[in-house]
Amino acid sequence: MGYLAKLRVWRGDKSGGQLVDHSVEVSEGEVVLDIIHRLQATQAPDLAVRWNCKAGKCGSCAAEINGRPRLMCMTRMNTFAEDEEITVTPMRTFPVIKDLVTDVSFNYEKAREVPAFDPPKDLAPGEYRMAQVDVQRSQEFRKCIECFMCQNVCHVIRDHEDNKEAFSGPRFLMRIAELDMHPLDQTDRKNMAQEEHGLGMCNITKCCTEVCPEHIKITDNAIIPMKERVVDNKYDPLVWLGRTITRRKSD
Amino acid sequence: MSQIERHQYDVVIIGAGGAGLRAAIEARANGFKTAIICKSLFGKAHTVMAEGGIAASMGNVNSNDGWKVHFRDTMRGGKFQNQWRMAELHAKESPDRVWELETYGALFDRTDEGKISQRNFGGHEYPRLAHVGDRTGLELIRTMQQKIVSLQQEDFRESGDYDARMKVFAELTVVEILKTDGKVSGVLAYYRETGEYVVFEAPAVVLATGGIGKSFKVTSNSWEGTGDGHALALRAGGNLMGMEFIQFHPTGMVWPPSVKGILVTESVRGDGGVLKNSEGRRFMFDYIPAVFKDKYAETEEEADRWYTDADNNRRPPELLPRDEVARAINSEVKAGRGTPHGGVYLDVSTRLSADVIKRRLPSMWHQFKELADVDITLQPMEVGPTCHYVMGGVQVDPDSGAATGVPGLFAAGEVAGGMHGSNRLGGNSLSDLLVFGRRAGVGAAEYVKNLGARPSVPDSEIDRALAIANAPFESNGEENPYALHAELQQMMNDLVGIIRDEAEVQEALDKLEVLKERAAKVKVAGTRQFNTGWHLALDLWNMLLVSEAVAKSALERKESRGGHTRNDYPTMDANWRKWNLLTKWNGKNVELIKEENPLMPRELAELFDVEELKKYLLPEELEQLGMGGH
Repeated sequence: MGYLAKLRVWRGDKSGGQLVDHSVEVSEGEVVLDIIHRLQATQAPDLAVRWNCKAGKCGSCAAEINGRPRLMCMTRMNTFAEDEEITVTPMRTFPVIKDLVTDVSFNYEKAREVPAFDPPKDLAPGEYRMAQVDVQRSQEFRKCIECFMCQNVCHVIRDHEDNKEAFSGPRFLMRIAELDMHPLDQTDRKNMAQEEHGLGMCNITKCCTEVCPEHIKITDNAIIPMKERVVDNKYDPLVWLGRTITRRKSD
Repeated sequence: MSQIERHQYDVVIIGAGGAGLRAAIEARANGFKTAIICKSLFGKAHTVMAEGGIAASMGNVNSNDGWKVHFRDTMRGGKFQNQWRMAELHAKESPDRVWELETYGALFDRTDEGKISQRNFGGHEYPRLAHVGDRTGLELIRTMQQKIVSLQQEDFRESGDYDARMKVFAELTVVEILKTDGKVSGVLAYYRETGEYVVFEAPAVVLATGGIGKSFKVTSNSWEGTGDGHALALRAGGNLMGMEFIQFHPTGMVWPPSVKGILVTESVRGDGGVLKNSEGRRFMFDYIPAVFKDKYAETEEEADRWYTDADNNRRPPELLPRDEVARAINSEVKAGRGTPHGGVYLDVSTRLSADVIKRRLPSMWHQFKELADVDITLQPMEVGPTCHYVMGGVQVDPDSGAATGVPGLFAAGEVAGGMHGSNRLGGNSLSDLLVFGRRAGVGAAEYVKNLGARPSVPDSEIDRALAIANAPFESNGEENPYALHAELQQMMNDLVGIIRDEAEVQEALDKLEVLKERAAKVKVAGTRQFNTGWHLALDLWNMLLVSEAVAKSALERKESRGGHTRNDYPTMDANWRKWNLLTKWNGKNVELIKEENPLMPRELAELFDVEELKKYLLPEELEQLGMGGH
């Protein structure tokens, strides 16, 4: 193999920037991140890019490649024609810091707003007993590597900055589902998902599921079941009766 | 210095992998205001790469397991070079540390009874590794991250400020440990994003910076593994111990070149994968060393029976400790029986059904499919040794993690030395992080509690550290940090790699002197804002320092043991077990000191057969234990 790829990389910071054309050597078996690194080592030493494991496990190197959110380390160069122009831009939903690096602090703020796992008080460490079939549902969601591409692609916030306050995004709606489905979690998270994290704003277009590099079925297995649980909770006559009689403070 | 951002903390943790986060939880639990400094984003630490599991003798799958068996396996794996006290604490405390993770929200795979499932792994006598498929490291890091968040939520409820008692500083790199009157008084760091400097004033600093793999060309380590903590400790006056012991994991990917070195989990072998050479032979049967002869199967039939009946059969030799398997693969390839890309075959496709492979090894299936275009349910993988882990590290007090010779400095996890001796068993790393992360947190808290006046940071100390950080911009030279780094990696791989000899290691030391001179001439362009060239220029100094410690130690140890193999001294020599090689920085060079390695007490020695002890200990040492006679 060995050829020169046409690479267009967004360079700039929060005050603005532009696409810069480069011609970079490519060897057999390489991925986009290799090419970005070669660019850095040979032509643009101050090009900013985030990466860690280079094996699709840490979720640091998310960017948009020809407009599609991708992990740069998992995008093989042989998926493009040799003469194809490859455009690499930072994730659009988050503010740019420099070049391909964005400010993803939105996600860490949302993470803090999801109440933590609430363990049973009467079980000592070592006494937990859970069946594989019961932990499996939440385990699927815990495969998440927090690349935040689902957050990036979600149209509720991608082009609607003002929705960010009320909407936690697929990653954290899934986190709520994960805890709600945890066999031993003691907190009821259904109302909170709806009222504080914007579950209702999701209209299940499945964009998040499509970009997930871990192939987690975010929409089908996390968000839709959560929506169903919310509805059950709201309209179940027994729940309604119980709630009316006990008049819980939170209502 | 008024323009530099300053923070005051009780304890500063450098590193946000498993050890750092566990230390932070403990320091805060002891009531101390704690800062966590991560080189990357929170939750991205190299711990996520751990695949196989956490070793802890809970006995959920085989009730014969217990801390004594785990201790024995750990000492055997480390060829008795381990600090016995660390191995003892580790074996005793790891079950509690794993169970604790469940209370933080971890979801391990389960046994039929609903307990935490445990899997087989190289060198472990019983199924011992708590795991989540083959992404255990991700589970551990996420669990710890979420525990930190839950503590911050508690603080928010109390004070209205999430960061009141524990704050995570992401994408921050520490340049230097600051000292006042011989004691730790803080650190100087820079924000990767802006390049702005920041001083943390703190009487206690915990190093939890992980490994040094980035000094080698073929490595499973991410860019962060540049030996920062090792180098910081050296420059602060601490000792490194056992730096000659580097683990080359036997199974890294060898193809395509861009992913060369990325890990293929040992669980592939634990779950039934076998190693074959280009002639189709299961060659590991040819490489069972004398010390392990009676513990491993001699025929393929017996080895295969072990997967279903472990009590009545000996284990397959594919599950020998990592150093043995790595050397065997190296020999096969050198003998011309390697694969087209210079590895050997690791095959599960003919041994497990596609469904089982995808369920038990999902990330491996994914990794090969996406990165190498290989379907491991249909084809064998090509694998070869990769620089994976450094057993050597900061010399610490086993109980508290306090670094020898530097009051206020602590170390835990891969950056600390001694626990694993000359070779680490798979699964013992994640448990090490938890056991000694917690202990370093306690150690730092105790230290701060007993400290009288807090040391203040003089401006001269900050100036000294700033000079180091600014040097690459002010240099008159024209060296490129990327090019120098590539040379260093190639050199270390070639000359101080998996097989060593005197002439090559000496050559490496000569070349390191030249590289050090050239590193002083590294010139960086641009500004300090997210300037990866500058970051590398600073990391390069750490790698050079650590490489010198590795080479000096490797030259001195004239035997082969665990992660240190000398062509010119191919056998293990009990005379060397009793020495630990320490390295120290004199401001210009790394110096070597030989220190006696303490012998374990009799009650621990009695866990082994005398015949086995004779393989590792000298007659006078057995005498000393009162186990000399018959």
